[in-house]
Amino acid sequence: MNERPDFTQMSCPLPIMDHDTVQLAHGAGGRLSAELIGKLILPRFACAELNKLEDQAVLNLPPGRVAFSTDTFVVDPIFFPGGDIGDLAVNGTVNDVAMSGARPLALSVGFVLEEGLPLADLHRILCSMELAARTAGVRMVTGDTKVVGRGSCDKIFINTSGLGVIPEGVSLSAASLQPGDAVIISGTLADHGMAIMSRREGLSFAADIRSDTAALNDLVRALLDSGAAVRALRDPTRGGLATTLNEFATAGKVGIVLDEEEIPVRDDVRGACEILGIDPLYVANEGKLAAVVRSEDAEKALTALRAHRLGGQARIIGRVRAEHPGLVAMLTALGAERIVDMPVGEQLPRIC
Amino acid sequence: MKYLTEFRDPGLARTLLDEIARTVMRPWTIMEICGGQTHAIIRHGLNQLLPPEITLVHGPGCPVCVTPLETIDRALDIAARPGVIFTSFGDMLRVPGSRDDLFRIKSRGGDVRMVYSPLEAVKLARENPDREVVFLAVGFETTAPGNAMALKQAAAENLANFSEISSHVLVPPAMAAILSAPDNRVQGFLAAGHVCAVMGTAEYEPLAAEYLVPIVPTGFEPVDILRGILQTVRMLERGETGVVNAYGRVVRDRGNPAARAVMDETYEVCDRKWRGIGMIPGSGLRIRDELAAYDAEKKFAVEGITTAEPEVCIAGEILRGMKKPPECPAFGTECTPLHPLGATMVSSEGACAAYHKYARKGLL
Repeated sequence: MNERPDFTQMSCPLPIMDHDTVQLAHGAGGRLSAELIGKLILPRFACAELNKLEDQAVLNLPPGRVAFSTDTFVVDPIFFPGGDIGDLAVNGTVNDVAMSGARPLALSVGFVLEEGLPLADLHRILCSMELAARTAGVRMVTGDTKVVGRGSCDKIFINTSGLGVIPEGVSLSAASLQPGDAVIISGTLADHGMAIMSRREGLSFAADIRSDTAALNDLVRALLDSGAAVRALRDPTRGGLATTLNEFATAGKVGIVLDEEEIPVRDDVRGACEILGIDPLYVANEGKLAAVVRSEDAEKALTALRAHRLGGQARIIGRVRAEHPGLVAMLTALGAERIVDMPVGEQLPRIC
Repeated sequence: MKYLTEFRDPGLARTLLDEIARTVMRPWTIMEICGGQTHAIIRHGLNQLLPPEITLVHGPGCPVCVTPLETIDRALDIAARPGVIFTSFGDMLRVPGSRDDLFRIKSRGGDVRMVYSPLEAVKLARENPDREVVFLAVGFETTAPGNAMALKQAAAENLANFSEISSHVLVPPAMAAILSAPDNRVQGFLAAGHVCAVMGTAEYEPLAAEYLVPIVPTGFEPVDILRGILQTVRMLERGETGVVNAYGRVVRDRGNPAARAVMDETYEVCDRKWRGIGMIPGSGLRIRDELAAYDAEKKFAVEGITTAEPEVCIAGEILRGMKKPPECPAFGTECTPLHPLGATMVSSEGACAAYHKYARKGLL
């Protein structure tokens, strides 16, 4: 599945409904609920488990350890350059499951809809969830929809949970990091966070920045199949790469040193970050993975990542070391060394 | 986006560092005024790369840090009132007052909003005629013209529901205060490039002449800062004083006359208390009497403010260049970015925050 699947033929017309917007009755379990689920939601995720409309999905899983994860998505704006809250909700949970080395198989979805949400918006979100789930090769096997009064939530909140099975012989853990290991990032940093921020703040100079939201399970599979000894994987979402690497350093009781000149950041993203006074190391990504790989296997891992459409810009950005356990440092372009700390709360744009 | 590569060029930086090492003969203490420069110096590790003869001390040029606690407490009092939309730049939101900060007020139901430009606050006032929109106008000469423009715009549109809390500060009087202190150790200055972009360089000439120091306006990228240091060291070694502009691509001698005109129409010079330093005559800007209707501190009677600074905090000594953050007994223990005792730890431009973020002693 290395090639991007062709879903261009997929059509997604909005079915004819009794209302234009979400009504409280859409969540009341009556006729409108049945219409919402039957006309809008089920057609997008049709599969054997879901079509039964039981209170639960019953799954036959292949043998192996099961990885299970959940995440809730409340992003504002709900539509942004490069994606929307729908594909974000699918990809986010697929990635959380995949970072264990598991093959994600099934998702659940819970919607909290605000009364008054245009059904066309909901439909658009459902269509992008369908496309994301198909691309990732996962089935939406069970779900739930609630409607709350206007003002009780912000347009739409989505929870997804996912499970996958970890193949025999795969065991990833930040506790297994060894001095000398290579730290690899699969592509450019901060695209998602800056796409959201530029849309939220109306930064016209940053109009071309797109979210990198993508399911990484196939990239993970390509990396693991390369035979490289992968110690740990994580997708640096909220808190950015700096947070992920600090978690690695703490869990592995090792130090990590990054090379500033190797950190890949798009020029327009870097420019937007500079203007707002924000460090790309702390900004969210939704389609990148950070991998720690045994030193001897670093090139093998890089080759496998770069051969994949989601890893073309993969780079070695640093090393694990024994010194300064628990601490992430950065060799600056000028040759000095500084700390890359855990962030304190949200990054705030500066006065001047 | 060239400035991000050219002015961070490692080869050029190393050439400048070598030239500084060849030039320096004796120990010198140089102060960079601006918190943005402090942040860049620590972030890029320039202080680790300079010859040991050069001591950089960090100046008071962090608007968040020097805003008096009373002003913050007054702002918090106004922000908590029903009917008010309180607007501020992002890095004021976390600054602790005596008991609260803007985030906590927001979590209790206050309508606190972050803006990127004061004109956004004017827009909010236009769109919400039934609400009072207050903008916390904090900053140096760099920020003042934009804040002045917002006020001018509101006045032109008769937006009676817009007002500012004006707590602007000016650099030259603060430099005079530092230089005239009996225990001053600063021998040369890197002046803040973006302040000079607005104000020009002329107002620094009398300071250089009176206190016999070199003053070198420079920028915020590593190469800019190193160029500024090299120029300052050359002058110190030769015994020269005066103002030499090392930031020619941004700073003109006359500054930006249009920006200064807007400031003059809107604000007038006043005495101002600096947090951690005290009263400095002629060091602030306040809203002119003609525009008093847009002065939030006059519009909203705020009374009974009693402030309490933590006793252990040495922010004042740090802001005057007397001490560096790691010399504070509370640094990194009692005082951290999660539990800041003083504004120098909370602002992104504060010296304590820069050291804590990039260079905690004993860790590296």
